[in-house]
Amino acid sequence: MGPITFAVLATALVVSALTVVVHPSPVKSAMALVATLFLLAVVFVFLGAHMIAALQVIVYAGAIMVLFLFVIMLLNLSDDGAEARHRGRVVFRLGAWIGGGVLAVELSAFFLRVPFPEPATPPAGYGGAEAVATALFVDYLLPFELTSILLLVAVVGAVVLAQRRTA
Amino acid sequence: MWADAGIAAVKSLVMLLLALNLTVLLLWIERKGSALIQDRIGANRANIFGGILPFNLGIVNTLIADPIKMFTKEDVIPDGADKLLHFFGPFLAVFPVLVTFAAVPFGDVLVIGDRTINLQVADLNVGILYVLAMSGLSVYGVVLGGWATNSRWSLLGAIRGSAQMISYEIAMGLGLIGAILVFGTLDLQAIARAQGALIWGVIPAWGIIYQPLGFLIFLVAGIAETKRVPFDLPEGESELTSGYFTEYSGSKQATYMMSDFAEIVVVSALATTLFFGAWQVPYLARDGFHFPGGFALALPQLVVVVMQVASFVLKVLVLCCFQILVRWSLPRYRYDQLMDLGWKTLLPLALANVLLTATVIVLAG
Repeated sequence: MGPITFAVLATALVVSALTVVVHPSPVKSAMALVATLFLLAVVFVFLGAHMIAALQVIVYAGAIMVLFLFVIMLLNLSDDGAEARHRGRVVFRLGAWIGGGVLAVELSAFFLRVPFPEPATPPAGYGGAEAVATALFVDYLLPFELTSILLLVAVVGAVVLAQRRTA
Repeated sequence: MWADAGIAAVKSLVMLLLALNLTVLLLWIERKGSALIQDRIGANRANIFGGILPFNLGIVNTLIADPIKMFTKEDVIPDGADKLLHFFGPFLAVFPVLVTFAAVPFGDVLVIGDRTINLQVADLNVGILYVLAMSGLSVYGVVLGGWATNSRWSLLGAIRGSAQMISYEIAMGLGLIGAILVFGTLDLQAIARAQGALIWGVIPAWGIIYQPLGFLIFLVAGIAETKRVPFDLPEGESELTSGYFTEYSGSKQATYMMSDFAEIVVVSALATTLFFGAWQVPYLARDGFHFPGGFALALPQLVVVVMQVASFVLKVLVLCCFQILVRWSLPRYRYDQLMDLGWKTLLPLALANVLLTATVIVLAG
């Protein structure tokens, strides 16, 4: 990934990520999050991680975010009161601006000093289905299977919690 | 480098034109075909071959007059609609469908001079996953289009649509796993090449021979993804007017319709690639025919490539026509029946298919 590609992608990513935070409408905020996740997948593609990019779009942009949108629409969250929520205390806003500004100055100073690295040539098969599968099912089989048990526990927990409220 | 970029551009253009033309052709097949099925005359205005043919083919009517009408109509944006999302809805519906074609191989290789051109726009190692990812994104056109118009019909249609598409995506993905296990790759071009082999030297090793159940699950889930009868609850003409695109008119409504038809082509193209030998013509290799029994017929390379592309288009077209036949033959499901079919029939069948295929592959070594 050359500097120009990176600059264009990074700008789009940061703008959409900012939109998620600052946009008053929940639906558009969620859509900006979809765009952010999609652009992140594009970054993965440029880094040679095709498998991760595809999974990122399938799982996050394609499945999880649809459920987010679903909930937002069914709850019919409107823009009313968004202004009031956004105003907040002056001290907090000032602090946020100062903190963000310092971070921005530090990061830009860092990026200006360090030269943009030459893109490395990935080894053959890097980031493909086989490479990711080897990592998941050979090198890290136990942690991978334990994660699925963790997810199962979370699912069961969610069902139990939801049931107690209706009973 | 410029030559490579040019070749990539030409390939993209060929695939895009192929997809769009098939899509538009389907409009005609749908109008005239449904008339044929229901014993009507169908589109019968503005004849061009009036003197030659004893009947009206309806080509001018469906392929020229209708699109002109659609694209010159007033674009109505209802009061209280979200203008930005109302504008983007149709694009979000059609974009993921059209980019899916990038991963579909439409031929083997074309050799010009010392250059070997792979007849596929994007040679992806994770082709099938890319296709599933893009079909996952096509939900947004439905959801946002329905929500943005601030209409109850649209919102109901949108919610039905997203629930239906998410449910059937799972069955669709699991239905494909059997085929992935058989071919041992996610690369669509590699799958296409693998289907050129012969079983016992006679039968072409097409995916459907190994995966009849997988094909059935994929096709049913695929038809459900196109949101047409018998799965047209998101549209629900009789109770929701037009479902999620009720409040769209003119070119935006045409774009929604086009995305539905393009989805039919995508489902057919994928079914062809995975289960019907993609661009393979039985017994045709790169240098000509090799029939079982030793008889061979050498053919120039260009003829072979043309035959392969034609074979791909023909198979896709047959599957498209089959889907239209289904749409005009079957009555619609009730919503609970739809969910039952997806979750209680297709999903367990797909899981059983995966288990069976995996067992056979392990036992056969």
